[in-house]
Amino acid sequence: MPKDMMQKKKVAYDISFKVYTPEDIQKQQDDLINEVNMILDISKEEAAILLRHFRWNKERLIEDYMDRPRHVLDAAGLAQSSRLPRLEVIPGFVCDICCEDGDGLESFAIKCGHRYCVDCYRHYLSQKIVEEGEAARIQCPADGCSLIIDARSLDILVTSELKERYFQLLNRTYVEDKDTLKWCPAPDCQNAVECAVKKKDLEKVVPTVACACQHRFCFGCNNNDHQPAPCRLVKMWLQKCADDSETANWISANTKECPKCNSTIEKNGGCNHMTCRKCRHEFCWMCMGLWSEHGTSWYNCNRFEEKSGTEARDAQAKSRVSLERYLHYYNRYANHEQSARLDKDIYQKTEKKMVQLQRESGMSWIEVQYLNSASTALQTCRQTLMWTYAFAFYLARNNLTEIFEDNQKDLEMAVEALSEMFEKPVTELADPKLKVVIMDKTAYCNKRRVILLEDTAQNLAEGRWSFSVDLTTPGPNGGSSSRR
Amino acid sequence: MASQKRISKELADCTENPPQGMRISLPNDSDLHKWHVTLEGPSQSAYSGGTFGLFVTLPPDYPFKTPQITFSTRIYHPNVTNDATGSICLGLLKPEQWKPATRIRSVLEAIRSLLVEPNPDDPLEARIADEYKNDRKEFEKNAKTYVTRYAKGTPKFEAVPAAAAGGSDGVGDSSTGRRAN
Ligand SMILES: [Zn+2]
Ligand SMILES: [Zn+2]
Ligand SMILES: [Zn+2]
Ligand SMILES: [Zn+2]
Repeated sequence: MPKDMMQKKKVAYDISFKVYTPEDIQKQQDDLINEVNMILDISKEEAAILLRHFRWNKERLIEDYMDRPRHVLDAAGLAQSSRLPRLEVIPGFVCDICCEDGDGLESFAIKCGHRYCVDCYRHYLSQKIVEEGEAARIQCPADGCSLIIDARSLDILVTSELKERYFQLLNRTYVEDKDTLKWCPAPDCQNAVECAVKKKDLEKVVPTVACACQHRFCFGCNNNDHQPAPCRLVKMWLQKCADDSETANWISANTKECPKCNSTIEKNGGCNHMTCRKCRHEFCWMCMGLWSEHGTSWYNCNRFEEKSGTEARDAQAKSRVSLERYLHYYNRYANHEQSARLDKDIYQKTEKKMVQLQRESGMSWIEVQYLNSASTALQTCRQTLMWTYAFAFYLARNNLTEIFEDNQKDLEMAVEALSEMFEKPVTELADPKLKVVIMDKTAYCNKRRVILLEDTAQNLAEGRWSFSVDLTTPGPNGGSSSRR
Repeated sequence: MASQKRISKELADCTENPPQGMRISLPNDSDLHKWHVTLEGPSQSAYSGGTFGLFVTLPPDYPFKTPQITFSTRIYHPNVTNDATGSICLGLLKPEQWKPATRIRSVLEAIRSLLVEPNPDDPLEARIADEYKNDRKEFEKNAKTYVTRYAKGTPKFEAVPAAAAGGSDGVGDSSTGRRAN
């Protein structure tokens, strides 16, 4: 089969990445160790120590080693001529940590000469290893001494019961030292993800990756998937929300008053189409406006009407407008976040009922999986919608904003429609006609999401959005690739 | 384990030859892990003329674990919480920076230097830090008012520092968690 036929169509916002299991990671390390072991003709243990010392940069290690082997071995604590680290009994020695002295007290020091008794050294190391999860970069215990304890010394000092944890931590350095590798941040997941995105690219792409465990996260900042908003915006937005949390607190409340009869209404599903139990008034939870205006071309719940500058002359009016503007976007952001959770709740409740329903209706487990797909689509789309509002908050108006808002509106309307169907009682869900409608709507939501993300990603890559804030990362931390 | 000998030695050293402007005492002679320190406000600082109390609590695993040190006297300072707990933000006292060979004496000396030269770039009280940076006069006025109000006469060691109740969690923990707005 020709190669290009096997590749599936790539969308603009896709980024290439690979997921590695713990076994893959072990094998990669072993391969590198074997390679260095052969090329430099040193033992595997020494090769491992050198590789860790060089942060797994094999090329640099080999180059440096060829240049000045003595220096390299020395720096990694492997120098043959210098005395190998060992425990010593020195007459008159007093340990500065425990203040013990006495004949036969074994002590140890690394190259700086700061000497402590072996018990104190071991206690210190076990605390670092067990409690702080540190292994490859533990400093000398002396006040103000930052010399790193080399691997050879650690090998001597680390007691057998700590060895396993110690090597586990050492193994982690392979992933942690490489800019292209990251641990999957999902709890209990042991996988690592490889992605070649560079820091300076983060103004142009949102590098979302998906681990084999299903967790989707941003390779740039480790947060949960935040497309279409670039990492810098996410950071600023989260900071802003934290700073303004009090102002915005009332929004995340689960109850509001009906705009018509003022009776209290509780939100217990993801859907924003609210109907007051008392007066049957139908309204939108987000903007509190009439719901009847939401299904039509008049829909503009997502859009913030910028007031003209002349209206807001004085500082007070300006700050009120800027607060209103923030609340508009924050309200919608927080609402989608909350709704995604509620949608998930509903699914879990529904799932139980579906088991029951299966028995009664004779639908197979496979046949009810469309609800699972709908639930996943709702959550993924709401996650995207949520971040479109942070994105929009920082967006400066230009000719592209309207297209963006239209895409946002289309996705939002589709999601709300699906959400509403999803909340139907189980007996109605069993209707095969509704099943088809839900499946269609699910596919439509996913399609709208792709369209929105493609559009935003493309414009981001081409630098066509203008933001009210600076997206470039401050400071010269662009790494080796930052050439002027 | 080993900590008893080390603590006795440090205590003897600190009582015989106390750090500048300080007096060390034990509230309970049988408990070497709790010290009371009386600190005179350094003459070249806004705290001159005040006398401050410090609680020193040494965890069971001292010196491998960070000592906990808090002010028992209210003090107006960017790096000390402006409340009854008197937590201090000091690099030396952060668990990840603590070294077992570091002496209580050096920590106490560092706290005294912090009174002479606050570190507004790593504040616990952001507002006071701002004031220190941008309106030094006002800061000094407020610091002096606090001295007059709280730090005259023999310091009281009444309040139980919140951190002293806990085991391993150091002052560093509470200070990182409390970074004010
Ligand atoms: Zn010792
Ligand atoms: Zn040293
Ligand atoms: Zn994972
Ligand atoms: Zn990111």
